[in-house]
Amino acid sequence: MRPSVALLRKDLLLERRAPEAVPAMLLFSITTFVLFHFGLGRDEVSGQLAAGVLTVTLLFAAILGINRLFVSEQEEGGFDGVLLAPIDRTALFVAKATGLFLFLALVEVVAVAAFAILLLGPSPWPALPGLLLVLALLNAALAVVGALVSALAIRTRARDLIVPIVALPLLTPALIAAARLAAPLFAAGGAEALPTKWLAVLALYDLVFGLLAYAVFDFLLED
Amino acid sequence: MSSQRSSATVDAPPAIELRGVGRRYGERWALDDVSVTVPAGATLVVFGPNGAGKSTLLRVLATLLRPHGGEARVLGEPLPEREWAVRGKVGLLAHEALLYRDLSARENLRFHARLHRVPEPRVEELLERMRLAGRAEDPVRTLSRGLLQRVAVCRAVLHDPPLLLLDEPRANLDPAAAALIEPLIGRTSGRTRVITSHDPAGGLAEADLALGLRDGRVALSAPAHDADAAQVEELYR
Repeated sequence: MRPSVALLRKDLLLERRAPEAVPAMLLFSITTFVLFHFGLGRDEVSGQLAAGVLTVTLLFAAILGINRLFVSEQEEGGFDGVLLAPIDRTALFVAKATGLFLFLALVEVVAVAAFAILLLGPSPWPALPGLLLVLALLNAALAVVGALVSALAIRTRARDLIVPIVALPLLTPALIAAARLAAPLFAAGGAEALPTKWLAVLALYDLVFGLLAYAVFDFLLED
Repeated sequence: MSSQRSSATVDAPPAIELRGVGRRYGERWALDDVSVTVPAGATLVVFGPNGAGKSTLLRVLATLLRPHGGEARVLGEPLPEREWAVRGKVGLLAHEALLYRDLSARENLRFHARLHRVPEPRVEELLERMRLAGRAEDPVRTLSRGLLQRVAVCRAVLHDPPLLLLDEPRANLDPAAAALIEPLIGRTSGRTRVITSHDPAGGLAEADLALGLRDGRVALSAPAHDADAAQVEELYR
């Protein structure tokens, strides 16, 4: 775990020192909510529509973060320094996925509040415990697949194109599950219970892609 | 592939053994049939014009690139099969500093110290030796090229590697700074060294073995005392 912690600390320090990913994701999210507000021509949304707006916005915002995930390594030449260290390269995956998870959580603190103010019809408070669980599972999916795709794209010249082209199809099942999970939380008549079927789907998605990413990440970094 | 072979021999176990090693980028062979043996503790200086394959050779030896042909052994370990056993025993000083620009010299070195499981006092020791303590808290993006190179030297030797791979190590350094890094990466460090150079006289003075590359192929391979500057200069014509 020590190399993962060292790598994560470095990424958090870099983001604090020269903020890039978090402000970009946050601004994108809020701007998108404003656009939905005017584009839909509605002051309030609820149910499946609200869940779709929230999860799709977070997914696209995450793409920005995924694009930046390995940039510090690539632009600074530090990637070779890490590859030369006598560490298991999956430590890099753990650090990058954890970092993205934390960045997404930070963004959501503000973005979900903005969503509730700008668009959400029903009160957000009854939905909050369930929403925290849904967002945690969605973030895990975004972080795992994001770290995997970002590592794949780092070796290519068209990194900015590769990330959305590969990540969006891979993340579609997670998006569907998260949107179906969140829909009853935003029901017009008040928050309803989470559908266990979609909860299991999203949890299973996280588990499968987590194991898959852990298994193949080392190979992605091979020359 | 070229048929030339290194004739370097010294009575020490080899730290590097390359036999017919090739490496290509797409269809182009950046290294083609390169063979050389470097005994432990010896210095191999690699000459050649830009694009000759010098940096590619260093990256293959550092395990950052896999050879696409031939046999390679570094510190007794075959590559790429046991490249993981070589990592951590190699210090690479490349054209890029391999440092994070927004972190300070101290933060960069502490980060690498954690990855290499090196005690933190070693970081402070190196900062003192390189006379960087006064600028240790500044982001490395604010350092001059010379100071940046001194931090990069600290990073390369932080874990006391037995093999140093040095890509024009004295570029950007004034004479005083060059003298400062000498105990760490010079002959007196006692490490096996592979150095790229464009300075025929200076390079040969430092070398036990000389290797000249042209278009990825071996054009000169000899003990340094058997080579002269004119032969090296011929590589650049």
